Amino acid sequence: METQCIDIVNTLAACLVAGGADPNLANFLSILMGVVLVATLPLVTVILLIWVERKVAARIQDRIGPNRVGPYGLLQPVADALKMLTKEDITPAGADRFIYNLAPIIAFAMIILMWAVIPFSPVHVGADLSIGILYFIALGSIGTVKVMVGGWSSNNKYALLGAFRTIALLLSYEVPLILALLVPVLMTGTMSLQDITFAQGGMWFIVTAPLAALIFLIANQAETGRAPFDLIEAESELIAGYNIEYSGFKFGMFMAGEFLHVFTVAVLFSVLFLGGWWGPGVEQAPALGFIYLGAKTALVYLALLWVRNTLPRFRVDQVMALNWKVMVPGAIAVLLAQALALRVIDALGLTPVRGGFVESLPQTVILLGVNLVLVFLFLNQVRRQGRRQRAADLAVVGETRPVVSVPAGD
Amino acid sequence: MYAVNEWAFIGVFFAIAWVFPVLPIAASWFFSPRKPNAVKQSTYECGVETVGDTWVQFKVQYYIYALVFLVFDVEMVFLFPWAVAYRQLDWFAFAAGFLFIFLLVDALIYAWRKGALEWM
Repeated sequence: METQCIDIVNTLAACLVAGGADPNLANFLSILMGVVLVATLPLVTVILLIWVERKVAARIQDRIGPNRVGPYGLLQPVADALKMLTKEDITPAGADRFIYNLAPIIAFAMIILMWAVIPFSPVHVGADLSIGILYFIALGSIGTVKVMVGGWSSNNKYALLGAFRTIALLLSYEVPLILALLVPVLMTGTMSLQDITFAQGGMWFIVTAPLAALIFLIANQAETGRAPFDLIEAESELIAGYNIEYSGFKFGMFMAGEFLHVFTVAVLFSVLFLGGWWGPGVEQAPALGFIYLGAKTALVYLALLWVRNTLPRFRVDQVMALNWKVMVPGAIAVLLAQALALRVIDALGLTPVRGGFVESLPQTVILLGVNLVLVFLFLNQVRRQGRRQRAADLAVVGETRPVVSVPAGD
Repeated sequence: MYAVNEWAFIGVFFAIAWVFPVLPIAASWFFSPRKPNAVKQSTYECGVETVGDTWVQFKVQYYIYALVFLVFDVEMVFLFPWAVAYRQLDWFAFAAGFLFIFLLVDALIYAWRKGALEWM
């Protein structure tokens, strides 16, 4: 398969060969260029994200936020970075130095690595792996390792406690996350993120698999350690959790990694459920894909920030119960229902072959209906559970409470 | 050629991704002051001396969650090939996949009944 030298950006290798370079070297150089381009994107984004995060949090809390350094405080992250650069780096006595230093590096590197498989447009993708989703899951699991390594090696009881708690949380929420990821795979029959995006030409998966999307989003909010799942760094109980002993740029790497992880999750959500780069005119001008994907991601990211800044923190037992008793059974139910519905659709011969909007309409209606039935069943179950709980509470008290409490007159 | 290129990209990415976090940390090592002393390096515990060993024994509950997770995680990875091929499967493979998921549900119910999912 020989590619032609069409333009210098997309077919760099072919152009270099045409210019008389060794084919292997040309190939390597083009890969290197691609890697640097893809890796620079999250690095540039994270600088902006720190500002967005602080500004949005401030506005939600009725503050102004950073507004001194540069226009609208836009240069605040730069100032922060400069300050962190000159901070003394303290390693606590008794720490396991090698893995203590390794943890922040893992934390940041694994998030950047996730960007390798994200399709930015029909033609721009770092590496269109055939197992893109598994790659993402594997890198997400490394997030647990960084917490364990950081908490264990700093020789601090708070850090260790925080690490234990975090690992229990991260491990647990990985189960519904992976189950929710199975649904797009079921529907498209591929694990490549690019192919999954192509399959959403007719209808976005947020419509055909809304419950899987919701479970994915909630589980990821827990995976990234954001409120209401921020037991990872419960300030009032654990001071800061696993990263308590870190200072200077090592701490900065943990924070930047967290911000970037949330953004990466937003990108993935857009790719998997919001149609990725799909938008009007994207087939004619593929570069528009960047804009569409960016806009969708920004919306999801702001929603995640909103959740983070408005909801109070769960208790440990509540987080665990929510996961194992609601999210995991729910995710399995969604998976089974979605699989059955797809079987029925295929048996009826309603499978969209080309994936236009009108053509995929019957499938959309059936899948949406199945999801709505599931929502109804779930709410019904919650109502019955609540009624039973109230009856049990009343049995303990031994008397019925008045429906309307009337203040005692004097 | 095509597939090899994709994996070569990942390989190069793995080699390069380390540079981005290492670079600022190395730079801060170069710029930052270094004046260590015993108090500064002592373990932080709200101003109190740490009593005993830090690496203490911990609650067995965490271990049980890890075990339940392990069961699920390993089994779910097996579901991915099934999901990829799902729309071309015959009825036997379809039923086999469902049976597999029901075994998963069975494991969940067992763990639930045994009280492994209660935070104590």
